[in-house]
Amino acid sequence: MNERRLWRESSHDLTGKIFRINWLFVLLLCALASVGYTALYSAAGGSPDPYATRHIVRFAVGLLLMLCIALIDIRFIARLSWLAYAGGVVLLILVLRVGHVGKGAQRWIDIGGQQIQPSELMKLALILALAAWFHRASWEKIGNPLFLLPAIVAVLVPVALILKEPNLGTAMITMMLGGALFFAAGVRWWKFVLVLLPVPFAARYAYHHLHDYQRARIDTFMNPESDPLGAGYNIIQSKIALGSGGFWGKGYLQGTQGHLDFLPEKQTDFIFTMIGEEFGLVGAVSVMTLLGLIIWSALAIGLRCKHQFGRLVAFGIACNFFFYCFVNIAMVMGVIPVGGVPLPLVSHGGSAMITMMVSFGVLMSVQVHRDVEFEGTDNER
Amino acid sequence: MRKEVNRSSVFTRRALLIGGAQTLLLGGLAARLRQVQVEEGARYTTMAEDNRITARMTAPRRGRILDRFGKVLAGSLVNWRALLVMEQAVNVRRTLDNFASIVPLTETERTRIERDMRNGKSYIPILIKEYLSRDAMTKIEVNAPDLPGIVVDGGTSRTYHHPYELAHILGYVAPPSENDMTGDPLMALPGVKIGRAGIEKFHDLALRGRPGVVHLEVNAVGRVIRELDRADGVNGDDIGLAFDFGLQQVIQKRLGDEAASAVVLDCRNGEIMAMVSNPSYDPSLFMTGVSQAQWREWTKDRRTPLINKATSGLYAPGSTFKMAVALAGLDAKTIGYHDRISCPGHFDLGGSRFHCHSRSGHGGVDLKNALKYSCDVYFYQVALRTGIDRISAMSHRLGLGTELDIDIPGQRVGQVPTKDWRAGKGLPWQLGDTVVSGIGQGPIVNTPLQLATYAARIASGRAVQPHFTRRIAGVVQPGSQPEDWPDLGVPEQMLQAVRGGMFAVVNEGGTAPKARLGGQVQMAGKTGSSQVRRVSRKQRESGTFDSKNLPWEYRPHALFVAYAPYDKPRYALSVVVEHGNAGGATAGPIARDIMLEVLKRDPAGKPDSETAQIADAKS
Repeated sequence: MNERRLWRESSHDLTGKIFRINWLFVLLLCALASVGYTALYSAAGGSPDPYATRHIVRFAVGLLLMLCIALIDIRFIARLSWLAYAGGVVLLILVLRVGHVGKGAQRWIDIGGQQIQPSELMKLALILALAAWFHRASWEKIGNPLFLLPAIVAVLVPVALILKEPNLGTAMITMMLGGALFFAAGVRWWKFVLVLLPVPFAARYAYHHLHDYQRARIDTFMNPESDPLGAGYNIIQSKIALGSGGFWGKGYLQGTQGHLDFLPEKQTDFIFTMIGEEFGLVGAVSVMTLLGLIIWSALAIGLRCKHQFGRLVAFGIACNFFFYCFVNIAMVMGVIPVGGVPLPLVSHGGSAMITMMVSFGVLMSVQVHRDVEFEGTDNER
Repeated sequence: MRKEVNRSSVFTRRALLIGGAQTLLLGGLAARLRQVQVEEGARYTTMAEDNRITARMTAPRRGRILDRFGKVLAGSLVNWRALLVMEQAVNVRRTLDNFASIVPLTETERTRIERDMRNGKSYIPILIKEYLSRDAMTKIEVNAPDLPGIVVDGGTSRTYHHPYELAHILGYVAPPSENDMTGDPLMALPGVKIGRAGIEKFHDLALRGRPGVVHLEVNAVGRVIRELDRADGVNGDDIGLAFDFGLQQVIQKRLGDEAASAVVLDCRNGEIMAMVSNPSYDPSLFMTGVSQAQWREWTKDRRTPLINKATSGLYAPGSTFKMAVALAGLDAKTIGYHDRISCPGHFDLGGSRFHCHSRSGHGGVDLKNALKYSCDVYFYQVALRTGIDRISAMSHRLGLGTELDIDIPGQRVGQVPTKDWRAGKGLPWQLGDTVVSGIGQGPIVNTPLQLATYAARIASGRAVQPHFTRRIAGVVQPGSQPEDWPDLGVPEQMLQAVRGGMFAVVNEGGTAPKARLGGQVQMAGKTGSSQVRRVSRKQRESGTFDSKNLPWEYRPHALFVAYAPYDKPRYALSVVVEHGNAGGATAGPIARDIMLEVLKRDPAGKPDSETAQIADAKS
């Protein structure tokens, strides 16, 4: 008992905190960023410019940011949760008013010269807010539908705003993220069944109210060859690139689809395709394994955490990361409709990298502060 | 006691569940990836290669067409062309407008260019204008800065040194149509032309050659990144004809303004020495564009310059058919070599009376005299005894009314009918039909080429087929030796009897004394005139009937078939003069002049040339 106290004491001094950072996880992130550097070097036709160098610089900045956040007390972060949520909603409203239009949707906003997508920040804020909401709730309380109602509203407000941008893909991911957190928090099974039952009917209704470009995406996804030079071009070229990579790949810097520009947006959304083309199934599966390791490491941080807030935050961040990876890879393989989702820490693009590293900073803070005394921490143990 | 639920263990359970589900989903993606990359890999590899590699072709030189002595009849000239590579032009329309201000473009050309621009890829050159003059070339080169995307290149184009004399034989080349766009990659080349008629069409594949291919790596917008490999093309083969162009020229001149045709064969092997269809036309006008007036003139001319009369003009053979009837009769033993038939000037069958051209009759005639005087009554009777089916079979054997292995497309087969043919049309064969077929009238029609083949087969006793081709790429083709051809299968004695009759026609006071060569060498022949309109009884009985008084288009055709020398046959010919009245008077002298020229030149007797000689100085 005494020993444990000592240990807890040490968690409050700086060196102790640094010692408790999960350096293996940091190593995994560095590995993933290196994969990004390698792929972006190739995407630029064998040059560090214009993508690879900037990518690694951004990662370094993100890493620093992550380590700083890791040292912030998780209880402080928990207290800021609803503030972050409110900020996120304000930004989402702002983006609808003054945001940049890209590909028929308002998604981007300038903050201090840096373009960011508020919807990305919103997902982190939502994770924090829901974690804070469920943190103190007992099993019985979670069973009470009236207790769940404010949380449901908290999910639906940003989802509605993101839908209005319109960004169907991110809205659905946000929705599923909320659902995953509800599930992990202990909401009863039958409630999920009740909610999921009418989904097919809702989807049918929604299809008729989608924007033309969204419907075109779904139609093209169902039958990409129907429009080989139009909307289906991306999917077809991506599949050709992957398929022609074969088992061992065409060799580094030897991918013809990417280097001859048949592959669209190869430095962003289709970076995984480049890897698959040049390094083959071996390379692609290796990258997927690395992604799986990162997801499980994040889940493990949650499992080891002593307080519900930290558990839910870690779980939410792991899920968010998984959604990014899954949607991106499934998209470039033509398994789900193209959605403009980057592959985290690999795709070129500052906004996604920074938001992802901030999330990992919070995750690391959970790791560092996994056994702090927390108001409402489990008494059951 | 209520069941105590531990939030932590609920989380652990559910987090592991979700984590497991996520791992399964990633695993599913990996499995799908394996399917795409390994199982379907080959298919996608092909598609990636198709994306990446573009084949650009270099045109081979089309093979030349030479005559027997190596004279170039069809060759290739450098053709200066202006091409447009769209991706190199900043503004395609402005480039075109600038070009048109230097070298005018017609409305038709503009339409074609726009069509090619819509259909073509941006990196494949489009033909803007060809056959540019030196002057136009200079102007384009000087103005090059204003013409981004315009490329000038010296392609080869077909040139015919004697288009008028050879139009019907050589044919011409033209851009391939949609139907020709199959298989051969050569078809994709800008401005490529393929054979459309005559030798050009028949030997098109040999003449084409194979295009050289350069494989280029291109990017998504078609820009060339690098050259991967290149294979040089193979020029087309030269085709050497058995043909003597000098002879052709002389014959063309001799036929003058007549609507006529003449075919000269080497009767031992069927090689065509000359084939004239008069009047002819200048096919080179097709390449640069035919004016409406010119086209109207050609199509309105009743002498049909656009039709090759030698292979597709159909004429009743008239009395030239009598050798076939005689041979059929001898073969069927319905007439003996010296059997005499009495000719009173007409022949009655049932209620019909068939006249001989001699109103008073020839008296008693045997085979030789029947041919010599062209006695109609003799052949009415022989035909009746022999029957149409046996006459038809013999005719086919001799080359009449049957398809010949001529090596230019477009021959017409004509016919020597059988009873079944008429029965097939729902009409019974009448004995009267057999009677008139004895003198080559009725439903019998043949081409001049068939008549020449017929003469050659009678003269040589071999089943020769008429053909132009002697050499391909310098190699002599089978068929140039008499031994290459099978025996006709008609006993020599029968042939000799008929040849004797043909000798008498020319040399012993027969129907064609004007065809006599008048030297050491003697020619055997047979006259014929084929009615194009039935002579009425009234006309015949008025006694004043003379076909010379008829309008041109109602006059009978004049025919003559012959071979020489009589004792050692070498050349056979046929002459058909449309509406030329009597064969002996009109066609005979022409045949004599041609044969004299042939014997003087003796093309088949001189060594031929394996290679091209330098084309004559003026071309």
